[in-house]
Amino acid sequence: MPRLLLFIPLVLFIILAGFLWKGLSIDPRELPSALLNKPFPEFSLAALQQPERILTKQDFMGQPVLVNVWATWCPSCRQEHAQLLTIAQTNSIPVIGLNYKDDRSAAMVWLQQLGNPYQFNIFDEAGMLGLDLGVYGAPETYLLDAQGIIRYRHVGVITEQVWQDLQNMIKGWGSVNE
Amino acid sequence: MIPEIGEFALIIALLLSVVLAVVPMYGATTANEMWMSYARPLAMGQFLFVIVSFICLGYAFAQDDFSVVYVAQHSNSQMPIQFKLSAIWGGHEGSLLLWALILCGWTFAVSRFSKALPLDMLARVLSVMGIIATGFISFLLITSSPFERYLPRFPADGADLNPLLQDFGLIVHPPMLYMGYVGFSVAFAFAIAALLSGRMDAAWARWSRPWTNVAWAFLGLGITLGSWWAYYELGWGGWWFWDPVENASLMPWLVGTALVHSLAVTEKRGVFKSWTLLLAIFAFSLSLLGTFLVRSGVLTSVHAFASDPERGFFILMLLAITMGGSLTLYAFKAPSVKSESSFSWLSREVLLLVNNVFLTVMAVTVLLGTLYPLLIDALGQGKISVGPPYFNAVFVPIMGTMAIAMGVSVAVRWRETSTETVLKTLWLPAVISLLMGLIFPFVYGSGFDMRVFLGISVSLWIISTVVSEFIGKFRNAQTLSSRLSQLSMSYYGMMLAHIGVAVTAIGITLVSTYSEERDMRMAKGDSVELAGYQFTFQGTQVVKGANYMADQATIEVTEDGQSVVTLHPEKRRYNVKRNMMTEADIDAGLFRDLYVALGEPLNEGEAWAVRVHYKPYVRWLWLGGILMALGGLLTAADKRYRKSSRKQESVHA
Repeated sequence: MPRLLLFIPLVLFIILAGFLWKGLSIDPRELPSALLNKPFPEFSLAALQQPERILTKQDFMGQPVLVNVWATWCPSCRQEHAQLLTIAQTNSIPVIGLNYKDDRSAAMVWLQQLGNPYQFNIFDEAGMLGLDLGVYGAPETYLLDAQGIIRYRHVGVITEQVWQDLQNMIKGWGSVNE
Repeated sequence: MIPEIGEFALIIALLLSVVLAVVPMYGATTANEMWMSYARPLAMGQFLFVIVSFICLGYAFAQDDFSVVYVAQHSNSQMPIQFKLSAIWGGHEGSLLLWALILCGWTFAVSRFSKALPLDMLARVLSVMGIIATGFISFLLITSSPFERYLPRFPADGADLNPLLQDFGLIVHPPMLYMGYVGFSVAFAFAIAALLSGRMDAAWARWSRPWTNVAWAFLGLGITLGSWWAYYELGWGGWWFWDPVENASLMPWLVGTALVHSLAVTEKRGVFKSWTLLLAIFAFSLSLLGTFLVRSGVLTSVHAFASDPERGFFILMLLAITMGGSLTLYAFKAPSVKSESSFSWLSREVLLLVNNVFLTVMAVTVLLGTLYPLLIDALGQGKISVGPPYFNAVFVPIMGTMAIAMGVSVAVRWRETSTETVLKTLWLPAVISLLMGLIFPFVYGSGFDMRVFLGISVSLWIISTVVSEFIGKFRNAQTLSSRLSQLSMSYYGMMLAHIGVAVTAIGITLVSTYSEERDMRMAKGDSVELAGYQFTFQGTQVVKGANYMADQATIEVTEDGQSVVTLHPEKRRYNVKRNMMTEADIDAGLFRDLYVALGEPLNEGEAWAVRVHYKPYVRWLWLGGILMALGGLLTAADKRYRKSSRKQESVHA
């Protein structure tokens, strides 16, 4: 009997390990977007490169798009820029930029130097659209379907892996629609 | 080229640790002396190559080699050199390399300073440490190499280190803490070696005691430094937050404290063997669990490293192998026989057992509080967080009760002590501490306060019992100096550590009762009074640091018209990430701190939100922590560990 008592720590540990294992698959930072499966908020803002052009939601409705929140003050945005250029080169989905709380001239220089993956850029200097969207910080990327409904929100850098996941998601819709 | 050398050195270190994990262990099982004797040179080689790797990473930081991803993410060319170098452990990968470096350092130290250890024991201990090193170095190489490159396109400058980390605290806190965490691996390795060899005698306890005490001292020092850092750096004067990562360091410290005491009983009296073994396994396992919690991203914390489930999975596997393996071994091999040594209910053995039970209960309390959000989330019951009220409600009463037992324990001898003797030694300290505790709140504060009464009485109780016991030692002494030198280092260490507990307890009691703070909107010329001090805001000016710009305020402090000090709190804006940082300014003193922090500018810089704190006795918190650590180091320096082990050798020879 005393020998059996010595197994108690092992049993307790196994239970604990089970919970930790489960814990790994839960992300405490996962912040489901309040707008998930809801329409992208209405807005009317100037374009970054052409200040006289006013952009609205209608400018990208009708096809699935990626809306990428970026700024020149965000080092991680620089990190994901190469991946965005790759995505743009594949021509599989338009990438719309949301230049968030930024300086117009700095942002233009950035696009000249690093290359421009965006079909166009919404210039959200005051961060009002970001507020409506519930942006936590840059970079963030939203996947919208053809009806302008937000289907997925990614917080952080777009990596090769994230892009794969996004592509699978888009392919999934294709097969449902057909 | 240099980063590649670093990576390569790490690979060689991994190969050496694999050999260290296998060959001496196999030698010990087959009694092959030659194979066992490989342990020492392997330990040295492993250490050397990790040093090389570490230096390579340091070189990459010093040279601003931003083609290295880790350097680019954690450094910047504008950063002062001391922060560039401490940025080595400013992120996940590098801090893990520091972990590995310290682990190999401890392994090397054991191989050097255990000349007296029987060869098979040494071989097993070093092999177990080799197994741990294998796990961690492969973790580094597979999931978290700090030497990866951005090629061919790399950034022109680094992304900068989090400004909170650009501080003296980062230079000292992590290395101390890791010395403690990893140091428990030595006690763990000794326990596993004892279980494997079946020699779970007093000698085993004596061998592992100094190592355990040193590790415990470092861990305590690391926690103390962390608390001090948080106090001055976070800008709101708190010194303990019950954050999951703080808890992760507190748990091994609590279990380590129990282990330090339990080892004493096992060495002196040969009892509680199984319990001591279990504590040794747990102390290190909790260190690993802490590593898992911090780096896997399962819990949110201010200390969060970039989380990555793959890394979490890897550490969970390491944890499962180490803990699962050692607990299975324990279940089969630990002595289940009741030891024949006898002792009465009023004996040092029993009081040390009480200490162990209390400390373990506290550790379990912290563990539950820390993991509860995770358990609830895993059971699909939603997201919650456990806050300070839970921890305080459980912790304070247990600490108080344990403090009373601490006082009794110094007056009690091994085996048996008559109630009469105990009462005779203790009545005077009891009366003194109760009286002083009663008077204190009237003299210092404005009237009776139950918390202060209890806190001060209990702390003075610890101090006065130690002092009266110390004086008692001289009753029959011939000369003072002869007696002083007769007392052992471990005796002095014990006294110092116990007084440290009391000093910390006094600090906690007073700072949490008598602190005052005010949040004020202050324009130039405004002043505020707090705890008898007059704080006058003299305006702000812009100052330029190496990699930041700051608004620096000037605040004159006077007391009764006499100037006390001029404080310069800052609001910094770091150039690269543009984060704002509050840099508090503190006038530190043994009996009180004056603490001033700048909030937000109001009315376009016309006025500022200013927070002023008055923190009585806050330094005592950390002073106590330092005394405890010094006590731990003193006990390890005891002559007897060297002498008795030499005797041991002659017996074996």
